[in-house]
Amino acid sequence: MSGRKVVGNNVRKVEGHKLVTGRPAFTDDIEMPGMLYGKILPSPHAHARIKRIDTRKARALAGVHAVLTYKDVPRVPHTTAGQAWPEPSPYDTYLLDSKVRFVGDRVAAVAAESRAIAEKALRLIEVDYEVLPAVIDMEQAMAPGAPVIHDEPDSTKIYDRSHNIAGYILREIGSVEQGFRESDFVVEREFRTHRQQHTPLEPHITICWLDANGRLVIRTSSQVPYHTRRQVAQILQIPVSRIHVIKPRIGGGFGGKQEMLLEDICGALTLAARRPVKMEFTRQEEFYMARSRHPQILRLKMGVKADGTLLANQMTVLATTGAYGSHATTVQGNTGSKVLPLYRTPHMRFECHVVYTNMPVAGAFRGYGCPQGFFAQESLVDEIANHLGIDPVEFHLQNAIRLGDIDRLSAQLGEGREGLPRVIRSCGLPECIRQGAEAIGWKKKRPAPALGGHLKRGVGMSCSMQGSGIAGIDWASAFLKMNEDGAFFLQVGASDVGGGADTVLSQIAAESLGVTLDKIVITSGDTDTTPFDVGAYASSTTIISGGAVKKAAEKVRAQVLSLASKMLETPVEKLEWGNNEVFTTCECRKSVTMTEIAMQAMYKEKLQIMDGASHFNTDSPPPFCATFAEVEVDTQTGQVRVLHLATAVDPGTAVNPMQSEGQVEGAVTQGMGFALTEELLLDSAGRPLNPNFLDYKIFSAKDMPKLTTILVETNEPLGPFGAKSISEVPINGPAPAIANAIYHAVGVRIRKLPIRPEDVLRALCDKAGRTPWSARDALVPLPEQRYQPLAKEREK
Amino acid sequence: MKTMELRATVNGQPRQWTIAPGDLLLDVLRREGFFGVKRGCEKGECGSCAVLVDGRLVNSCLMFAAQVEGCEVLTIEGLAEGEQLDPIQGAFLDHGAAQCGFCTPGMILAAKALLNKNPHPSEAEVREAMAGVLCRCTGYIKPVEAVLAAAKQQPAKRATRKREPAQVMR
Repeated sequence: MSGRKVVGNNVRKVEGHKLVTGRPAFTDDIEMPGMLYGKILPSPHAHARIKRIDTRKARALAGVHAVLTYKDVPRVPHTTAGQAWPEPSPYDTYLLDSKVRFVGDRVAAVAAESRAIAEKALRLIEVDYEVLPAVIDMEQAMAPGAPVIHDEPDSTKIYDRSHNIAGYILREIGSVEQGFRESDFVVEREFRTHRQQHTPLEPHITICWLDANGRLVIRTSSQVPYHTRRQVAQILQIPVSRIHVIKPRIGGGFGGKQEMLLEDICGALTLAARRPVKMEFTRQEEFYMARSRHPQILRLKMGVKADGTLLANQMTVLATTGAYGSHATTVQGNTGSKVLPLYRTPHMRFECHVVYTNMPVAGAFRGYGCPQGFFAQESLVDEIANHLGIDPVEFHLQNAIRLGDIDRLSAQLGEGREGLPRVIRSCGLPECIRQGAEAIGWKKKRPAPALGGHLKRGVGMSCSMQGSGIAGIDWASAFLKMNEDGAFFLQVGASDVGGGADTVLSQIAAESLGVTLDKIVITSGDTDTTPFDVGAYASSTTIISGGAVKKAAEKVRAQVLSLASKMLETPVEKLEWGNNEVFTTCECRKSVTMTEIAMQAMYKEKLQIMDGASHFNTDSPPPFCATFAEVEVDTQTGQVRVLHLATAVDPGTAVNPMQSEGQVEGAVTQGMGFALTEELLLDSAGRPLNPNFLDYKIFSAKDMPKLTTILVETNEPLGPFGAKSISEVPINGPAPAIANAIYHAVGVRIRKLPIRPEDVLRALCDKAGRTPWSARDALVPLPEQRYQPLAKEREK
Repeated sequence: MKTMELRATVNGQPRQWTIAPGDLLLDVLRREGFFGVKRGCEKGECGSCAVLVDGRLVNSCLMFAAQVEGCEVLTIEGLAEGEQLDPIQGAFLDHGAAQCGFCTPGMILAAKALLNKNPHPSEAEVREAMAGVLCRCTGYIKPVEAVLAAAKQQPAKRATRKREPAQVMR
């Protein structure tokens, strides 16, 4: 077939109509008879042991149907990270425990006839706490004598519990020491990133009930229905097949819902009360009881030849996962494995400690460790290029990974274990850089002298990459069956979290089957009626689930053609398909419609045309991104205003370009928030200070700068119709591009996020006393390293 | 619990509901099946629960239900006339302005309130009018485009339009 009919078109979202008309689609949009309201009693202390807990008064309250504490539930160590079994995250979490480890940790849970009664019941639970010293500063977590957060003996897969180390990673390609020796310049810098929260407009919500057969039904806003089913079964100790997880419409996930977060406790309350139970986070609870981005301290050291060739790249990271190690090692592993290989550096080293602290739990968040890593790396690369007098555009073109390159770090650093090497089979990065520079007016603006007055303008850039699914781990399946009207039911385990996966998967099916999009009826994310899928994460859905859909559709198409061949009395090789019919390629131009084929199959042949397929990849093709920012800095106040942000992305084939652009626009908006405005603040006792939208500032329609989005399409051999992924990679770009533009505007380097006006102003004031560059040595003496890597034997 | 009778017109239909004096408009509307009114923060910060009361955009989480006594309330469910979508709804579909769709009802109603007053707004006016509805998915680019397109009464070209061939690199 030449010329695609459906893939590559800006079709309307297949489920769009119900969204713009407000039809009931989301988890909360049903009313169950007798439904109770479940509520969690959150810990007021960052670290404490429950000495005594008395629930008698709460249980006695009229309208209360269940009260659970750690005494009432099975104790099963597990992780809440929605990852493929066996999860690489530590099993350090319990349904309820006698110890609490952060402000907001679960103390008890109730189910009552109304929210008001549930809240009153929580106030009636009497708890005596033995308050323990808490670890709030991640740099103190490994210090000798620091309080041990996970002293319980039954947790497993913790790297070094006595030093609060959830995970540790060390990988080296070549020898960075040799690389530094061979370099003309070596520079080392420290960068700090903060706690960003996903803030999906729909907070986490779960409704559970027992169906007529006594099976536990979990209707939940989740990116990972299948992992959730397995984990809830493990925690509640009931068979997997006694659980039915339904993923309705999801009001945004961004990684925060790659997590089994309310489903276990809601299920436990349902089993205890024998009535439907709804649990949801309030906005305030969503901020600190759900998940957030891992704060990191990154030390980056790079060696470069005078001609601009990067020789050695060493990244040392200290990160905190908060009280539980959900996604701890895997997010931080990505900080190394997806960031360092952007450059063809022969020598790379990545070392990382992920520590527990008594703070809100970090987890998966769009970008998955890369926004932190690229902020550091792209800031330092800009500094090096500036020092060498090389245009950053040229510097990137000179050093960045290319078509045909093999990324060896990925082979060493997979999803919490050995990975697989990445071969670059498609790469639009040079074109992204060229088009992005053009869009921002780089050639004109870069050399331009600064404006007079207190408002200074500058332009900066960054490059980044990501993955498309987890190589060798992520897999998906799809099932198709034909109906009498020539339409097809497409059943996929994939979870559309809002990005448009249902539409993209339907497009892939329609294209493969030669039917129009209205002939595909998709059902997704239901563990009873759709086949397995790991879920919506790691930028996997288009390439992995889409791959499964394409395979299934091709198998079904073979059945369709076989029957059409019989009906048309023409060999299959002489048949073509498209526009809801199969036709002959010979002169005679005979054809049968899909409807005729379906009717023939069902009522003459007694045959249901149907088939399914599974799919995985042994490689994770990276999408590439170049981000260009133009900023205006007010030197009197330190205020930074983004004037224009241009993002050029290589997603492989854009299956639905309009949706692809939407992914980019949403990602860079979150990326700008990460760079400039969003930070969940905690006080010295670990209590959240700004868990609301007035004090935690996400961009509104009015705050937005001009955005330019450019899709540079390539053809990825491993993806369906050449597609890779797009949802995550653009979030990496804004922070470093903005920081670099600030430097271009006013000559100060901001190495801590978010970039607040006070930080810029302080840096401007300090600027006079700066030390000039010197060869081989770090420019500015680094602050004393407050955390010391342990002397104990390292894992290889 | 004390109750009271509330009479209001909702999406053109006269309604009489028994409510408690402290019930919020958000809770009453959802209880009565208007699920297009979304619960996003319950503090008037996100705009997901926005409805029109006598043509004015309000956060239904900040209003007692009793306050709409005798008023005309419009929720997203009442915007289309039968199968005929409002031009704003059509433009949201054509421009890919709904991603997860959770804030979409609030967005569309904010735009409706604007276009009722100001049929030909500038982009800045659209952004101002929609600033009270937070979206975490779209970056507001496509929603703003959609509202401007709806205002021009020029629905964007439909789905089947083939996109300009992008630069393909091998």
